[in-house]
Amino acid sequence: MSVDTATVAKIASLARIQVNAQEIEAMVPELNGILAWVEQLGEVDVSGIEPMTAVIPNQQRLREDVIDADPLTGGGKRDAVLANAPAAEHGFFGVPKVIE
Amino acid sequence: MTDLTELGVAAIRDGVAKGDFTAVEVADAFNANVAAAQDALNAFIVATPEAAVEAARATDAKRAAGETLGKMAGVPIGMKDLFATKGVQTTAASHILEGFKPEYESTVSQKLWDAGAGMLGKLNLDQFAMGSSNETSYFGNVISPWRRPGSNAPLAPGGSSGGSSAAIAARLCPAATGTDTGGSIRQPAAFTGITGIKPTYGRCSRWGVVAFASSLDQAGAMAHDVTDCSIMLEAMTGFDPKDSTSLDMPVPEWTANLSADLKGKKVGIPREYRVDGMPAEIEAIWQQGIAWLKDAGAEVVDVTLPHTQYALPAYYIIAPAEASSNLARYDGVRYGLRDLPDGANLQDMYAATRAAGFGAEVKRRILIGTYVLSAGFYDAYYTQAQKVRTLISHDFMGAFSEVDVLLTPTAPSAAFALGENADDPLAMYLNDVFTVPASLAGLPAMSVPAGLDAQGLPLGLQLIGKPFDEQGVLNAGLAIEQRAGFAAKPEKWW
Repeated sequence: MSVDTATVAKIASLARIQVNAQEIEAMVPELNGILAWVEQLGEVDVSGIEPMTAVIPNQQRLREDVIDADPLTGGGKRDAVLANAPAAEHGFFGVPKVIE
Repeated sequence: MTDLTELGVAAIRDGVAKGDFTAVEVADAFNANVAAAQDALNAFIVATPEAAVEAARATDAKRAAGETLGKMAGVPIGMKDLFATKGVQTTAASHILEGFKPEYESTVSQKLWDAGAGMLGKLNLDQFAMGSSNETSYFGNVISPWRRPGSNAPLAPGGSSGGSSAAIAARLCPAATGTDTGGSIRQPAAFTGITGIKPTYGRCSRWGVVAFASSLDQAGAMAHDVTDCSIMLEAMTGFDPKDSTSLDMPVPEWTANLSADLKGKKVGIPREYRVDGMPAEIEAIWQQGIAWLKDAGAEVVDVTLPHTQYALPAYYIIAPAEASSNLARYDGVRYGLRDLPDGANLQDMYAATRAAGFGAEVKRRILIGTYVLSAGFYDAYYTQAQKVRTLISHDFMGAFSEVDVLLTPTAPSAAFALGENADDPLAMYLNDVFTVPASLAGLPAMSVPAGLDAQGLPLGLQLIGKPFDEQGVLNAGLAIEQRAGFAAKPEKWW
């Protein structure tokens, strides 16, 4: 499989990365080179093989059902959460207009 | 008085404990080296000399009061700038996180501070840990302290933990944290003549580590020798309920159990690691490593890992897929850069912010990842790669039914010059051919310096162990270290 300029533009849009026509032109051969190289995986017989989901067997744990059981990740951290926001306003994240 | 910056972790800790010198003297000496080398090597993004001195004062005070000292007491270290450090800029070497000062401390760095270590600064790396040469950092290339004889051409310190490897080799710190997704601890260690270990996936908490590919990312220790790595790894590892993939297992006493006696152990030599075009010197150092391990009492046998050639292409689907998902969080809303063109709406702001904030290699991987996860291609690429990953893991388990540890070269070449592979992403990816398989299988693996090539550049050997058997990896590494007697260091030019 290979990509053309329209496909790269679509992927970039899905990934929310602004690209201009010149950048798309440059990316098409780069991405095609990588995609052609990974095609070799198609020759591996994977019949009856499950896709890897956990590299080291582990159990999913439930934490205790207690409010603020871990003070580092519990609640009451509004100001800390907003401390690095580029546009925090009135205790919220500020964003440009969402609805026209 | 001896130059304190020539000492490693164990020597510093024991010297401070005995009163041969103070922790503050050690911190001052390394702080001076960090400052003197910054312009030439660019190993640090931010230096934190006050933090190093403050931690050292605390250790000296504890010692004076007769309190018990931690495993890393008095040892100043470098912290890869992928670990969140409270109040100290954490960037992942990206523009999009420039100025980000975390409100919290990563679990791994907190454990190191609790063990008595101090922070010399935040180390440069490939942007979001994506690269093998440290040429993708927004804050400029790291330059290796090593040079070819008679040449001033800057060499790659390896990547992504290239600030870590350069800083240790240049004696700017005795040890540093690294992270390894596909070889980012082991390959830079090999390029700079130092030692680096990644433990079993899940040993080190990922909480507070900037995420690249979460099923592969694993922190580890980098230092001058096996013992120092072992001490540091003990201080970094341990169960953390804040990371759902953290292993709920006790931390073994690796250092106390170090032994270079390999009698009764079997070492496997995977035949598929003999790749086309590999320099004769790499083959020679590998044979030398085999001889050393036999001398240590091990039985050496050939093993086969039939799917080795598919590890890299599988990795370059899985890692970008996970990265495209993880890096979706950088949106210009909650932290980091915001680029808001005039009249832009929310979607425009996302796209402009990410275009301005990510470097070329990061964008390339996000786009590949987005493509392989997109509707219609998911099964052909991503599911296929995850099935191949299962086969690679089965290969290792098959080999480990016969042997205790595997010996391979760490990288297919010695350090290359900066710019040499920069125009061809595929040529750069091939650097990780020997390190990626162990990452895909979540296995503990380490690189130890084994010798120099004809140009006087370091070469490393890699040891890969069974899940949870860091001890077996460290012990075989120690056997090589004792026989290699690697004492070469870069001639100071900076």
